[in-house]
Amino acid sequence: MTTNALRMDKPVEQSLLDSGVQGIIGKGIERIDGPLKVAGQATYSAEYDFPNLAYGFLVRATFPAGKISSIDAEGAKAMPGVVDVVVDLKTFIRNAQQGGETEAPTQGVKDVAYFGEPVAIVVAESYEIARDAAQLVAVRYEPAEGVFTFDDHVDDAIKPPPGSMPPYHSQGDLDAAMADAAFTIDNVWRTPSQNSAAMEPHASIALWDDDGLTLYGSLQMPSSDKQQLAKSLGERQSKVRIVARYIGGGFGSKLGISPDTVATAIAAKAVGRPVKTVMTRQQVFDATVRRSNTQQRFRLAADADGKLTGIGHETLCSNLPGEGYFEPAGQATQFLYGGENRIIKHDLVELNRTLSGSMRAPGEAVGLLAQENAMDELAEQIGIDPIELRRINDPAQDPQKDIPYSTRSLTRCLDAGAKAFGWEQRNRTPGAKREGDWLIGHGMAATTRTNMLQPSEAAVSIGPDGRALVETDMTDIGTGTYTILAQIAGEMLGLPIERVAVHLGDTKSPPGAGSGGSWGAGSSGSSVYLAAQALREKLAKAMGVEADDLTLKDGHAIAGNRRVAIGELVGDGITATGSIEPGKQEKETTQASYGAHFCEVKVHAVTGEVRVTRWHSTFEAGRILNQQTARSQCIGGIVFGIGTALTEEAVHDDRDGRIVNHDLVEYHVPVHADIPHMDIVFLDERDPHANPLHAKGIGELGIGGAGAAVTNAIYNATGVRVRDYPATLDKLLEGLPAV
Amino acid sequence: MHFTINGQPHQAEVDIRTTLLDLLREHLSLTGSKKGCDHGQCGACTVLVNGRRINSCLTLAVMHQDDEIVTIEGLGTPEKLHPLQAAFVKHDGFQCGYCTPGQICSAVGMLDEVEKGWPSHVSATLDDPDFTDDEIRERMSGNLCRCSAYPNIVDAIREVADAKQPAQAEAAE
Amino acid sequence: MKLFDYAKADSAEAAVREGADRDTKFIAGGTNLLDLMKLQVETPARLVDISRLPLNDIEEIEGGGVRIGALVPNSDLAADPIIRERYEVLSRALLAGASGQLRNKASTGGNLLQRTRCYYFYETAARCNKRVPGSGCDAQEGFNRILAILGTSEHCIATHPSDMAVAMRALDATIVTLGSDGERRRIPIGDFYRLPGDTPDVENVLRVGELITHVELPPAPAGRQTYRKVRDRASYAFALVSVAGIVAIEDGKISSAQLAFGGLGPMPWRDSAVENALIGRAPSDALFGEAADLLLRDAKGFGSNDFKIPLTRRTLIATLRELTA
Repeated sequence: MTTNALRMDKPVEQSLLDSGVQGIIGKGIERIDGPLKVAGQATYSAEYDFPNLAYGFLVRATFPAGKISSIDAEGAKAMPGVVDVVVDLKTFIRNAQQGGETEAPTQGVKDVAYFGEPVAIVVAESYEIARDAAQLVAVRYEPAEGVFTFDDHVDDAIKPPPGSMPPYHSQGDLDAAMADAAFTIDNVWRTPSQNSAAMEPHASIALWDDDGLTLYGSLQMPSSDKQQLAKSLGERQSKVRIVARYIGGGFGSKLGISPDTVATAIAAKAVGRPVKTVMTRQQVFDATVRRSNTQQRFRLAADADGKLTGIGHETLCSNLPGEGYFEPAGQATQFLYGGENRIIKHDLVELNRTLSGSMRAPGEAVGLLAQENAMDELAEQIGIDPIELRRINDPAQDPQKDIPYSTRSLTRCLDAGAKAFGWEQRNRTPGAKREGDWLIGHGMAATTRTNMLQPSEAAVSIGPDGRALVETDMTDIGTGTYTILAQIAGEMLGLPIERVAVHLGDTKSPPGAGSGGSWGAGSSGSSVYLAAQALREKLAKAMGVEADDLTLKDGHAIAGNRRVAIGELVGDGITATGSIEPGKQEKETTQASYGAHFCEVKVHAVTGEVRVTRWHSTFEAGRILNQQTARSQCIGGIVFGIGTALTEEAVHDDRDGRIVNHDLVEYHVPVHADIPHMDIVFLDERDPHANPLHAKGIGELGIGGAGAAVTNAIYNATGVRVRDYPATLDKLLEGLPAV
Repeated sequence: MHFTINGQPHQAEVDIRTTLLDLLREHLSLTGSKKGCDHGQCGACTVLVNGRRINSCLTLAVMHQDDEIVTIEGLGTPEKLHPLQAAFVKHDGFQCGYCTPGQICSAVGMLDEVEKGWPSHVSATLDDPDFTDDEIRERMSGNLCRCSAYPNIVDAIREVADAKQPAQAEAAE
Repeated sequence: MKLFDYAKADSAEAAVREGADRDTKFIAGGTNLLDLMKLQVETPARLVDISRLPLNDIEEIEGGGVRIGALVPNSDLAADPIIRERYEVLSRALLAGASGQLRNKASTGGNLLQRTRCYYFYETAARCNKRVPGSGCDAQEGFNRILAILGTSEHCIATHPSDMAVAMRALDATIVTLGSDGERRRIPIGDFYRLPGDTPDVENVLRVGELITHVELPPAPAGRQTYRKVRDRASYAFALVSVAGIVAIEDGKISSAQLAFGGLGPMPWRDSAVENALIGRAPSDALFGEAADLLLRDAKGFGSNDFKIPLTRRTLIATLRELTA
């Protein structure tokens, strides 16, 4: 098979998507998987039926730290309908794995490290029996001392290993810059633990046969998940297949395998039957992954003109003992604004709490709260418009790496957004605009999200029927992957979208990038692009012309005065593989998407209830592959930001670290009534340094800064600065007008 | 036990503890109704029982042997979508799709409630409330969407509601 | 969920005969009971299904009141023309609760018997005197944002989560029951709930097997009615604080005041001292502040719910302003 491989060492100046004439790229085309989803026919991981299927239910530790001495399962096993209670203290995984890792996560559950850790699995003939029997399993243990409170242990924080960025960076002399500055900000922000709360709970169906294990799982990155699972089980990778065709949301929580994955695989082998395990919502909170709580000291130093001379961003976050992952809150701080004296630091407090890991826009989602609140505070102190402050500090090149930005449109976004929103018309005096019982405020914030490219492969074939098939183990977690890959293939091959089929989420297909880090479209899309490019060469050859002289449209190849149906040019069918990998471009340029949020809130002057009443965002993310799905992605991110600002907090009990509000009643994700109409605009842009599509990541762009825009607006409405997220009404009461 | 679902008779041997949702998903292969929380906290399991929207996770199958149950599969098929299903596709009223069947079933029930003149928490008057977008938002708040297609869902429902009741839509403006 | 026996009752009389056992529960809407049974917070040995009993009517009664069947779903009650017209506070309270789907299923009788949403009540691994008498209370020194500031005891700080019941308390509803011995009781809502004291597991005065068949409302009270609910998101959340208020003014003075509160106590809260302080006096912010101080005279916060004290004060004052404007 032909493989067309590309390493992004150089910019791809010309994208074939710009010379395609099919006219489907970029358009707001309806999702091709839409009809299946709205009809309830899309199959999520728990929705495959197999003969002799048994039901698994995870047994949890109801203590936060201790050594298991025995597990008494006799009562459960005696219950009619119970097939077995499977205990494997050595092989069960302690916690979920981080995204993209190729090793097993921390394995072994004899030493329990957090409340709710799954330590056994009941297998029964029905879900009802398994759930009931799980309550009968008695886990005996010797208690161990745990560390549960964050505030009491910040002095014990350790320097974590490098993650998506180095934990520490320092340049110049920030203390001196602060001392010399005309204006300074030095405050502490706190953000709570959060949960991705994807609507589909984590679920696994495991089947063993002569070929090995097939695991139907709700997993965002099948290729690396397969490696994690194989290593956890001690199996060869070739013996493990993962299927994840439809995923009911992930937002980071399904990047790596979770305890249900391994437990279900072990259980299915033990009982010799297919086993299905669906986590309860409470188990999702307790035993998958949270975004770490953070404590962020953010400092800004500015000269008399408002030009930044220093930035300090020191973050403390938490994780389980031995897990090095830290919330990279300083990620955007590295490049969003200038200022030559800089400190960016992340330290980790080890706690007996649920694993922390990636949740939508790890880093930016909480780091930009501090940064964009701080910028708002600084603008007020200086007495200039917050947009002007950002404009002044829009650097010509990356202030840390001294390399150029690939493209950078922050100021364009700010200006266009301000105009669309009517920013100039706002009231500038905090607390001065009131309509009845409601205080009205306006706020803005910038956003950015680092653009990443991941190795990705895809196969594209054209059959004699003139239809194309795209195959990769890439996933669509709601991001629109099915649709944009069909658009890319269709544009490249001159096929109407209904003549392109896309098969995703099966590790039998070439390894895709997986869904995470906003890299999905750019990475997997590029692999489809490269495969299609190779097919264009083949079609050109069949037409006897150079590829450049070939026009592909509506299922026909056109060259000179000849127009031939594509199906007639492919014999029994042609296939090519595309393969992209990151190269020098990511070192030579700083790549990121940008945006600006503007919002209006009303705050009830009596009760402190906050309602977001109006929203506008302007974004730039390179080529927009599908206006409609891109808009939806951005809205989704913004709403995450609104939830972060106003309602979302996974509360840990200080006595045992467990998440007290581990359900959707008391962990408050926004509901319909919390969200207004959203006005979203994309600026046209191409980024040839990013990938051949010239597109940059968009899935996490919306969340960054969105929460800060809300709290900046709350300040404008009330005069209350909330730096302790979320801004629930109790934090506003004291600053509201007397009743 | 006998059930009537989407107009078809069904028979299943189920545990007395089986919820209507688990009956559909685990026994009748009607997996369109989703389990997001199993406690009435998300709305993904919404189905129509005797024309009313309810959370199928919080009711026992055994209690519904005489009822007319309609699930997302009974509203339309990919080839022949119900107007709300089509409007959800058109307006991108979903992303991952997991809450979607519940949103759509809920919207069907909700529009029927509006037709009956039922007020909501945001109705300015309890008597003959206007059907504004805020009414849609409030009335659909029992259906969480973590992908947050909320604004698009409102657009989709608005379009179908307006097509259904042009007079009322005008009144709302 | 533990296994249970299941029986369908075809009459109220049959139901109470079937239900005359401590481990038996009636199931109607099931929206709270099944929720708790899944977690084994509730583990009845037997369920008597009363959902098909003919207790679905809302009818006017002699003397001008209304009798509501215990199985009337919350939605139907909220939308009923008589309730909408004469008992707006009840309609509004119902519409402020839960979601459209839940209101379609939840029954009038069941709503009165909702269990608390205390995080530690719901977690079987936590200590909770309400769930396991004598085990202790993890809420008092734990996270208690949604819990009570009034009527608590050293054994329990749970709140009653209903909105509907708050309005009914303000309306002086009467709860009509049928006992397993066939006896009918008429229990004023003010006598229906019990403070936790040292038996927080006992939440009301219902006897074993006693079934709520109806709720009666007295004739619609004079004055304006409102239900103000403050919560953590715009919809689909339990009350942090709520006020059901009915206030009438004659000759510039408050002639009657009926005020009940949600989110504050172990039962829908009502305090006659507050109402008495208002009656006969001209509305003013000073008066409202006085009333709020009276309401909160014994209020006690437990840390994360301390804010409820100022929030209640502010909300009550604003509600009284609205009712007397």
